[in-house]
Amino acid sequence: MPFIPNTDADRVAMLAAIGAKSVEELFDDIPAARRFPKLGLPAGLSELEVLREVEAMAARNVAASSCAWFLGAGAYNHFIPALVPALASRGEFLTAYTPYQPEVSQGTLQAIFEYQSMACALLGVDAATASHYDGATALAEAVLMAYNAAPSRNGIMIPAALHPEYKEVINTYFEAFPDTIVEYEGEPAEAAQSIDAGTCCFVAAYPDFEGRIHDLSGVAAAVHEAGALFVVLADPVMLGLFKSPGELGADIVAAEGQALGNSMNFGGPFLGMLGATQKLVRKLPGRIVGQAADHDGRRGFVLTLSAREQHIRREKAVSNICSNQGLTMLQTTMYLEALGKHGLKAVAELCWNKAHYASGLIGKLPGFAVAPGTFFKEFVVKTPRPAEEMAGTLERRGIVPGLPLSRYYPARTHELLVCVTEMNTKDQIDLLAKSLAEVAT
Amino acid sequence: MNLIPEPLAFELSSPGRIGTVLPECDVPATPLPAAMLRADLRLPEMDELTVVRHFTRLSQKNYSIDTQYYPLGSCTMKYNPKACEAAAAMPGWRNAHPLAGEEFTQGAMELIYRLQEDLRKIGGFKAVSLQPAAGAHGELAGVFMIRAYHIAHGHPQRVRMLIPDSAHGTNPASCAMAGLEVVTIPSDADGAVDLEALKAACDDRVAGIMITNPSTLGLFERNIEKIAKMVHDAGGLVYGDGANMNALTGILRPADVGIDVMHFNLHKTFSTPHGGGGPGVGMVGADATLADYLPGPIAARNGERYSMVTPKLSIGRMKAFHGNFGVLVRAYAYIRMLGEEGMRRLAESAVLNANYLRSLVDKAYPVKFPRRCMHEFVAMGDIAPGIHTLDIAKRLIDYGYHPPTIYFPLIVPEAIMVEPTETESKETLDAFAAVMLKIAEEAKTNPDLLHDAPHATPVGRLDEVAAARNPVLCYRG
Repeated sequence: MPFIPNTDADRVAMLAAIGAKSVEELFDDIPAARRFPKLGLPAGLSELEVLREVEAMAARNVAASSCAWFLGAGAYNHFIPALVPALASRGEFLTAYTPYQPEVSQGTLQAIFEYQSMACALLGVDAATASHYDGATALAEAVLMAYNAAPSRNGIMIPAALHPEYKEVINTYFEAFPDTIVEYEGEPAEAAQSIDAGTCCFVAAYPDFEGRIHDLSGVAAAVHEAGALFVVLADPVMLGLFKSPGELGADIVAAEGQALGNSMNFGGPFLGMLGATQKLVRKLPGRIVGQAADHDGRRGFVLTLSAREQHIRREKAVSNICSNQGLTMLQTTMYLEALGKHGLKAVAELCWNKAHYASGLIGKLPGFAVAPGTFFKEFVVKTPRPAEEMAGTLERRGIVPGLPLSRYYPARTHELLVCVTEMNTKDQIDLLAKSLAEVAT
Repeated sequence: MNLIPEPLAFELSSPGRIGTVLPECDVPATPLPAAMLRADLRLPEMDELTVVRHFTRLSQKNYSIDTQYYPLGSCTMKYNPKACEAAAAMPGWRNAHPLAGEEFTQGAMELIYRLQEDLRKIGGFKAVSLQPAAGAHGELAGVFMIRAYHIAHGHPQRVRMLIPDSAHGTNPASCAMAGLEVVTIPSDADGAVDLEALKAACDDRVAGIMITNPSTLGLFERNIEKIAKMVHDAGGLVYGDGANMNALTGILRPADVGIDVMHFNLHKTFSTPHGGGGPGVGMVGADATLADYLPGPIAARNGERYSMVTPKLSIGRMKAFHGNFGVLVRAYAYIRMLGEEGMRRLAESAVLNANYLRSLVDKAYPVKFPRRCMHEFVAMGDIAPGIHTLDIAKRLIDYGYHPPTIYFPLIVPEAIMVEPTETESKETLDAFAAVMLKIAEEAKTNPDLLHDAPHATPVGRLDEVAAARNPVLCYRG
């Protein structure tokens, strides 16, 4: 076999060296009645045959690149410069392990350090981890961090307009603990007034699931006054332009970093970003890289603050996380360096301008209305007919107009969450508006 | 290895440099809310070639499977076929949105379904979920399932999880995240679970046992069926840590020996390169007792139509959307290429390679539990006065090898944990063993060679204590 090199002749020589008569004998410790079962898998195929089969399946998906694509809702269609996949697929990055041996892992370690530096700048935090599974688990870990920081408080306030799947993940993670998760409606600044002595953390989404950017000024003061921690879930592309959560007083910031250089991949692998203020650094879950020096004073990088982690502290660790999303983090590092400060701002401005152009057109259509409030690249449209029906019709014409909110909220039948990014041309946006009008009645 | 110091991106930055040009805006501009904007964003400014050279040079400061032998115990650092990368990179996958209508994503759902079926057969499970994103994430799902089962059956007092002292740190850490108490079970003189201690711990507060088989000592737990029965008789459930599944594909279906729930690390046994830390997939498989508790959604087939559904007693979602799908494509392609026969050949070769390599080095590096090993073995590195395992690991770097895992498992002093994997040839193992023996000689004749190692790397041994005491975690220049 091409990737199991030893031949039968090799096996004979190796068995002789270890003094065994057969390969089967090596498995004598396994209960005889259970050994060597028939699995019922088909016979192996050649690379050519397998790639053909996989390609046929892949072709049964509709790719965003082949449509006018306005669906986001947590997975975003953004441009990825060619250098990102070209460099990230280098075997030296791709086939290296977690950098536990720093002398032979400086490439990975320095890349993580650069990622952490840029994540700190974007999120406005003092320290960022080397990645989490996705935005949802990063947020769940952020909330757990706040929960564990205040043993006498078990109240958690989350926005009603948090991504429904993120809520589900928080619920899964908290199943075992006595907690009270309260969903608040409306503006975070108002909701923060109701924090009490039993609340450990207040979560704001920036923007929320429906695309609204809430004014977070004053929230941190109210949260801190009540003795709780302020957790913000942010869109990192928006942060190319807008104030960072840290600047707005957040203690812990989580984000989904997929939009920064990673494909949509049917929902994964994505990139959980997580950071916090200096005060909370030693409570952060997940790997962190720090600067170090060798005996000659040469600068290098190492995994650090390991006393937080499972391989050292076992059940007393702050989290069980071990493998993370190293490669997607690397792609994001490459993306951010390729775009630089001007490029990311330009992407954010394109999203803003195109989304507002789209909302202007759609808002003027008879029977449609755009939900009020400041938004960045996503907004909710009230539709004259059930949104799911309209979307179905448009999808058959090669236009994916957004997410019918009935997918998560069965009662909200006449609402569509529309996402516009730099990938959408003016022609596509005009076509979207025109087509929505055509299927309105 | 590239030994030339590489500046940080921030140090390569020059004001006004552009690495990527975006299209001109083709719609009228809308004024921005000035009060909500940031004043500055501290990202580097580099041209494209500078970025390309920067990362290319950084890559040359890594050891990797594509460049070096990487016998890292417990990590299954085997070669992952490039076809798996090609399969995962197809545009139909990369540009597939997780919330697109079901009829738009039939291909992705079919792939998930087929992979679920393959893995179900390999493990002997009733059902599997591909939601968890890593081994530890799969463990967490598994212990959540065990906890949910006991609560549903009116036994909320079952909160004690039994964990052998040779276990990975993720096992106890996962239990803590599920609100369970950890009871450590010692190993016996043979490196196996101490049955007397296990018996004493099996009371009506036991939630279950988490067992890694083969254990982290690289030994098959011969009493596995007895252990499962003892725990089951006490009302507990058996969790299997599949970190070492590379020894068992086509050799043993874990569910056949009493495992109720188990994770497989698809990124280890089923071929996804480790990527410098991830991503992975911690598939979780369950027998009939726990199948309804699996995290969802999972793929279901109805005739020729596929959909994603959540099991009726599911613990819920472990992450957003459908798991690390890109990793699933790689695993599917890999299993398809190996097939029934290849699965068994994989484990046979992994185990033969480990026993062969052990036989070449065990006279110089004693093995604490010297019975037949499975896919890896644990030797000891204090082979000469003043010489420690760390010195041997660092000296291997000088010879162009990535060191084995060291100082784990914790129950073996000065542990060196070697996992050759099935993708290495006899010649590679012979060459590596020769170097190991040479280093054993050097340890006696010229120990400073080991103490000062590595000699030919971009940096020498780094002061990790100072780095943790005064952490510098981002660029401050």
